[in-house]
Formats: sequence, C-alpha cells, structure tokens
Amino acid sequence: MNVPLLSISWMLPVAGAVLLVFVGNADGQRNALIRWITLIVSIAVFVVTLAMWAAFNPGSAEFQFVERRLWIPAFGIDYYLGIDGISLLLVVLTGFLTPVAVLSSWIGIEKKVKEFYIFLLLLEAAMIGVFLSLDLFLFYVFWDAMLVPMYFLIGIWGYDQRIYAAIKFMLYTMAGSVLMLIAILGLAYLHNAATGSYSFDLLKLYTLDIAPTTQYWFFLAFAVAFAIKVPLFPFHTWLPDAHVQAPTAGSVILAGVLLKMGTYGLIRFAFPLFPLAATYFAPWIAVLAVIGIIYGALVAMVQPDMKKLVAYSSVSHLGFVVLGICAMNVNGMQGAVYQMLAHGVSTGGLFLIVGMLSDRRHTRLISEFGGLKAVMPRLTAAFMIITLASIGLPGLNGFVGEFLILLGAFRWDPRYVVGAGLGVILSAVYMLWMFQRVYYGKVTHAENRGLPDLLPHEWGSVIPLCAIALVMGVFPMVFLRPMEPSVTRIVDRLQNTQTLRVENAPRSRPAAAGPGEVSR
Amino acid sequence: MGAILGSMQAIVPMLSVTLAALACMAAEAFREPGERMPVGGLGIVGLLGAGISAAFLWNGNTVSFGVISGDNFGLFVTLVLVVVGILTIMFSSQVIHRDGIPPGEYYTLILFSIAGMIMMATANDLLVIFIALEVLSLAVYVLTGIRREDPRATEAAFKYFLLGAFSSAFFLYGIAFTFGLTGSTHLDRIGSYLAAQSLSDNPLILVALGLLLVGFAFKISAVPFHMWTPDAYEGAPAIVTGFMSTGVKAAAFAAFARVFLSSFEPFSADWAPIVWVIAAATMILGTVVGVAQTNLKRMLAYSSIAHGGYLLVGLVAANEVGKAAILFYLAAYAITNLAAFGVIALLGARDQANDELRDYAGLWYSHPGLSALMTVCLLSLGGLPPTAGFIGKWYIFSAAVSAGDYGLAVIGVLTSVISVFFYLRVVVMMYMQERGTDAPRVHVNAVSMAALTVSIAAIFYLGILPTQVLDLAAQSIATIF
Repeated sequence: MNVPLLSISWMLPVAGAVLLVFVGNADGQRNALIRWITLIVSIAVFVVTLAMWAAFNPGSAEFQFVERRLWIPAFGIDYYLGIDGISLLLVVLTGFLTPVAVLSSWIGIEKKVKEFYIFLLLLEAAMIGVFLSLDLFLFYVFWDAMLVPMYFLIGIWGYDQRIYAAIKFMLYTMAGSVLMLIAILGLAYLHNAATGSYSFDLLKLYTLDIAPTTQYWFFLAFAVAFAIKVPLFPFHTWLPDAHVQAPTAGSVILAGVLLKMGTYGLIRFAFPLFPLAATYFAPWIAVLAVIGIIYGALVAMVQPDMKKLVAYSSVSHLGFVVLGICAMNVNGMQGAVYQMLAHGVSTGGLFLIVGMLSDRRHTRLISEFGGLKAVMPRLTAAFMIITLASIGLPGLNGFVGEFLILLGAFRWDPRYVVGAGLGVILSAVYMLWMFQRVYYGKVTHAENRGLPDLLPHEWGSVIPLCAIALVMGVFPMVFLRPMEPSVTRIVDRLQNTQTLRVENAPRSRPAAAGPGEVSR
Repeated sequence: MGAILGSMQAIVPMLSVTLAALACMAAEAFREPGERMPVGGLGIVGLLGAGISAAFLWNGNTVSFGVISGDNFGLFVTLVLVVVGILTIMFSSQVIHRDGIPPGEYYTLILFSIAGMIMMATANDLLVIFIALEVLSLAVYVLTGIRREDPRATEAAFKYFLLGAFSSAFFLYGIAFTFGLTGSTHLDRIGSYLAAQSLSDNPLILVALGLLLVGFAFKISAVPFHMWTPDAYEGAPAIVTGFMSTGVKAAAFAAFARVFLSSFEPFSADWAPIVWVIAAATMILGTVVGVAQTNLKRMLAYSSIAHGGYLLVGLVAANEVGKAAILFYLAAYAITNLAAFGVIALLGARDQANDELRDYAGLWYSHPGLSALMTVCLLSLGGLPPTAGFIGKWYIFSAAVSAGDYGLAVIGVLTSVISVFFYLRVVVMMYMQERGTDAPRVHVNAVSMAALTVSIAAIFYLGILPTQVLDLAAQSIATIF
C-alpha cells in the first residue's frame, strides 16, 4: 500500500475547507456552489474511508496502513497514524455521518453558509485525526483542535442559548483534557526515565511498567477527560445544553461522533495504558454508567423538548457503552464498540429528523406537534425505523450492541445487568411515548396541516441511515469481524494484568472472561 | 586595532540598532515641517542589520569588553527582539499617523529601547544589566505617555515611571549587596564565588538575592509586583502596549534567567520555592482577575501577567527543558501578543480607542479578516493547537513535569483553561453578537497587513512545524548555564 490513505482521509476535508476559503461569497450568491463542494468533499472522504475498509485485513489485530514520520524528534514525537478494527469502524462512521450532516443543513443554514461548511469540514478532519493517531501528542493536538470548530458551530449557528452552551462545551471539555495533557507528559517523562528518551508512541508506552500509585493518578486524569466527553454521569451537564442549542448538523456530529471519542479514548488509551488502575476503578465507573443509564432515561422521559429528550437518551445509551468497556471481556467490549456505531447512526438519525421538524415549525416542543402521521407519512415511517433502532428492537442496529453488552456485563457481575436492563425498558417507554405524542392522534395544531413531507435532499440523508440501521441489525458479523482481533488483543492485555497482579491490586475482583471461562 | 575590532563583534547588533536610532533623530532634525519621511524604514534597516549580524554571530560565543557576551542564549533573545521591533514599526506605520504621534521621536524611542533590550539580554555584568534596564525603561516611560493630550496616558506614564524607578532602586541595592559579598559585578565571577559559599555562613546572600528578585519581578510584572501593569498597559497607545508587553518582558526574562540560572544557580534550592510561589500566584491572579475585565487592553494586560507566570514555571523547573522552553515561549508569546495588540491598535480611532469589549460586538460582520486574525491570536494565547501558544505551553509544562513538579503543571493547565474563558469572551463578542453601532470601516494599509500576515503565518508555523525553532532554543542554552 503506497497510497497514504490515512493522511488523505483527514487532509482531504482540510483541503476542502481551504478551497472554500477562496470561494468569494460576500452576499451569499454562491451558497449553492459551496453546499455542493462540501457535499462532494465529504462524500469523497467517505469513499476514502470505505477504501480503507476494503483494503483492511480483518484477521489481524495489528495496526494497519501505518504512516510514520519524524515530527519533533527532540521529544520523540512522531506523525504516527494507524488503524485497527476499532478505529477503522469509527472512521467509517465519521465519513458516513458528515455527508448526512451536510445534507441536514442544506436549507436550514442561511447565514454565513461558507464559514459554516468550513468549520464543518475542519471538524471532520480533527475527528478523523483523533481516531487515527497512535502518537499521544498528535492525538492531543487533534483532540483539542476539534473543540474550536465545534465551538463556532454551536456559538454562531445555534439556537437562543447558543453562546452559553458553546462556552460551557468548550470549558468543560478543556478542563478535563488539560489534566490528560499532564498525564501524557508524565508518561513521556516515565518513558524517558526508563529508557533514556522521550516518547509519545502509544505502542511503546503500552509496554511501560508503571507503579500502581502513578497508574491510579494518570488513569484518573485520562478517565475524567474521556468521561466528560462520553459523557458519564455526573459529568454530563454540558451535553443537554450543547445538543439542544447546536444546529442540526452540529447535533448529528456531536451525538454521532464526538461522544464516541470519549469511549474510544477509554478503550484505546485509559484502559490499556493503565490496566491495573483500570481493574481497580472499573467497578466504580460501571456504577456511574448504570446510574447514567437509568438517570438519563428517567430525565429523557419528562422532557417537553424533543431535542433534549434525544440528548438525555444519549446519556443513557452511552452508559451502556461504558458498562460494556468496564466488563473488560470480549463480549462487553465488542458490544461497546458496536453500540458506539449503532448509537452514532440511530441518534444521528433522531437528531436529523427532529431537526427537520424544527426547521419546518421552528419549535421542538412535543406539545406543538401531534398527528403528524397523516400529514407526513414518509417522515413518520423513517422516524419509526430510527426510533425502533434506538430502542434496540431485534433486527435493527441497537439490539446487537445492547445484547452483547448485557451478555458481557452478566459474565462479569450480574448485578449491573439488573440496572442496565431497566434502562432498556425505560428507553422503550420514553421513545415510544414521544413517538405517540408527535405522530399519532389527531392533528392538534392547525399550522401542522400544511407541513411538507420529506424533501429530495432529506431523502438523501434518511435513506442511507435507515438502510445502515437495518444492515447493522441483520448482518452484525460484517461489523463484528474486523473489530474482533483488536478487541481481543485489548481484552487479553487487560486480563493478563489482572491475573498477574491480582494479589497486589487492592479491592480487585475475579477476572471474568470470554466464552467458556469460569469465574474464580 | 584588529583586537579592538575583534572584541567589538558582540555589540554589533546593539550598535546597528543604536545607529538607526541616531539616524532617525538626525532625519527628524533635518525634516521640513510637514514633510513625511520614511523614518520607520530606517529603523527596519537597522533592525535587519541587527538580526543579520546576530545570525552571523551564532555559535561564535564572542565577548565584547568582558561585559557583553554574544552567546546563543543572548542572540536568540536578540532575534526575538528584532522581530518584535520590526513588527512594532510595521504596525505603527498606520497607527501613529492616525493618532498624530510625531514619527521621529516615536521611532527613535522604540529603537533606543530595543538597543537597551538587546543589551540587557546579552550583558553578563550586573551593572551593565542595570544600565540596559534604565536605557530601555526611560524610552518606554516616554512612549507610554507619548500622547500628551490624553490624561489616561499621562497618568499611566507617571505610575509606570514611579514604580519603575522604585524597582530600579531595589535592583541597584541588590547589586550593591552582591558586590559587597562577592567583590564583583561580573556574573561568572559572582557564580564561581558563590559556588563555594553556603547560606548559613553568609545569610546576606539571601538579601542580595531577594532584592534582585524584586527588581526583576517588577519588570516582568510578576505578582505581587504587577500593580503598575494594568494601568500602564491600558493607558499607553495600543501598539506601545504590545511592544512593552513583549519586548520588555523578553529582555527582562533573559536577564532574569541569566542571573538566576548561572550566577545564583548554587542557591537554586533557596530561591526556587520563592519563585514557585510567585509563579503560581502570577498565573492564578493574572487569569482570575482577567476574567473580570471589560476593557480589552486591560484584559490582555492581565493575560500578559499570567503569561509571565508560565515563563516562571520554566525558570522554576530549571532543567534543560525548562531553559529552552523559556526561550521558545518568549518567541511564541511575543509574536502572538504583538499581533493581538496590532489588531487592537488598527481598530482604534484618533479620538476613540475602541478598546472596550463591547466595541468588538459583531466585528466579524464588518471586518471578517481582522476578526479571523484576532481569533487566531487569542486561540494561540489560550494555548489551543495547532498554534504557537500550544507548543509553548506544552513545552513549559513538560519542563515542569520532567522536573517532577506536577503541582505547578496542574496550576498552569487549569489557569490556562480559565484564561481560555476570557479569550473566548472576545471571540463571542466578535462572532456571536450583533453589531450595536455602525462604526466606520477601518482600512488597513499594506504594511500593517503584511505584518499581520507574517505574524499569523509564524503562529501556525511554530504551532505545526516547531522543530527548527525548538532546536535553536535547545542549542541556545547549551552554550551557557
């Protein structure tokens, strides 16, 4: 493979953004051209990510398409990219959702169209970069760089409370991530103490032997940064604000990809870098995850605002992902990654359709709607599919992930499953209740009678989403197979440490394991 | 004759700037009333000469007259000062004509103060450092109050002058004590004498050290000696504020690092805890008070106090990484801060400074280019990638971490999050608020635009490909210390 696919995948959106800078659009006369350029660029990026998948060797747990160049040699910082099965799927998800986001703002964004799409493309580049980086410094650069375009997307094109939401989003995330920066520097310093040279190379840092106390502190620094991003209860308070205030495209990306960066960070960095600390803290994190599952669902149930309801449902769904990670076995971890993808598709879809309603009526209150099935049957059908996917109906994408997570959690400690299972039921309650109030019954507001059904560009984003939801539900192996070796490798690493150090670790728990293995 | 010329090498950069300053004075003297002369051009020529000669002296380790040493450390700071000077003059080209500031005097003072700064950065004798301090300070006092009709500027100049004189006295007193103890004012001889001493035999060393510390802390506006900074920075013309907050700080820090990390290195265990507290207090106060400001210049004054605190972190770490980090951070900070003040200066008007936060409401809609440049500067000051400020902060904090000082690193990163909050307030104003009044559109002349473009390019260059400058910084500390 001589084509640097990974570099292309994040540089292409940057190139697109630079191209847009040079499109003169003072009075908005070239809005259509700008939309088309962005759509074509984002589809091209999606094609590149698909090409990655096509060339990817699903049997290997190693990082593939590795690109490595010296960047800041004095500190052992490299431009070091590579993907394994986990990051591959997340990159593909990013590539898939960005054109959807572009289409979702086709009509809704009328102010400063050029700048909007520049920020959207820069955001995509940074997100892809986060998933590709194997150098912690590079990872941090993308991680932080991602905040800026998102901040502008929320702050300029959002709803009434957008400024508050944008600043809150930025400060929350930064406050968490700067402590992670200290831990990253600490790791490089430990590497220097052990080998005589600085290194930010993730694979080298994996092999470091870190003292337990240091592990605990560094793990906490990483985990808090990621927990804020996920967001794990009680770090979730930025999320409803950011989600509700963001423009539709922002919400789709935020829910679809950005939250996954938190769980991805846990899987890629926090857990395998500090296995001992991970074993120690996993039960506590799992408790927070279960609280998040139930709390998110309960709060979602009483929301009068559809967007807020979906936002809180994210807290609940991401709780499942974290629970699966904490189980630290193959089922749980696979389920977690699968749920990340599934949630990206279904919650992205929910925000998309809520955005369509809100564009038409300029309100998102459930009470303002009712009986829409008669007015817009096609949109109703699409929403139905996505809703059922989000609830976790067998045959759609949500089921596979939740099932695997519950299976993994059960193998670890059945008590967590009791709480999480409650969350499954509650999710059906709040989603179906909202669906019922919005779409069934009589048309209660006269202004809803004349609403148009799906428009051409909306078809373009809704059909792929529904199709993917169905494919992911029926053929889960397509997605499970490439990630399996990578997941197994991470789980092996975690469990080896558990068995090696089980007597040293305070309050450790018996290592639960994959199929066939019995807990001691 | 050859020997004399040979021994003059190290002062060539300084000399070049001084000659340019004299030429500016002469030009002003021969100028017909009303005639416009490209005086700033003379200054740029002199500064370029200084920069080129500094490049030639690189790795030369020349010493002139035993008191000025052209080592790489001093030359690196000299190059930073040359950049500061050139950018200042380029920004001034538009601003001083608009504000009716006499160009001859203005450029002469700028050049004299840069000559003083270069002298301060390269001096290795306490008395020469003192002379340099006075040369640069006197010029800067006058520059602060150069708009005589503006009462705020006069007040600022007066405050700055009084407190500055006060701190000079402290510094001189410290020199006297040092001389009394060691019998020399030369840094190397002080260092070799002190290396054999211990504090219990000679407690007066602590007094000398403390007095010098106070003197330096005033100049770099470290807490609790920062009181003059917000008033002076707010009152001075914006471009002068930018010049002061970068040039004076760079020169003072260079001398500070040189004195404390070479001569007083043997007592680092005694002064490091004090500087630790000062650094922490400076970072915290600079950012926390910065949050409450509604005037942009005042806000950036507090921000520059906080940045002094980050630089002190490198001084406390006192390891290889820390020393090089100070140099890199100075370069990154100087360019960023100067460009930010450049934008503020360009947006002002003769009768109205337009430097309140609310004046920036909706700036994006009227001046998209300037807002974008300002945003890049603010993000760099806040330490967000991929900008120079991010690499600088990362370098400083990695120095603290590699010295095992996690406490200071954590304070540093948390205060930089707070600082992002107030930098973002400006961004919020520019991008997310509608414009209240229809202020006239500002036309930016080509020279100022070139300066802005170069600054932004440098911010991204240092943020994305920092290797070369990092290596230069690392080389610079290899020759001394």
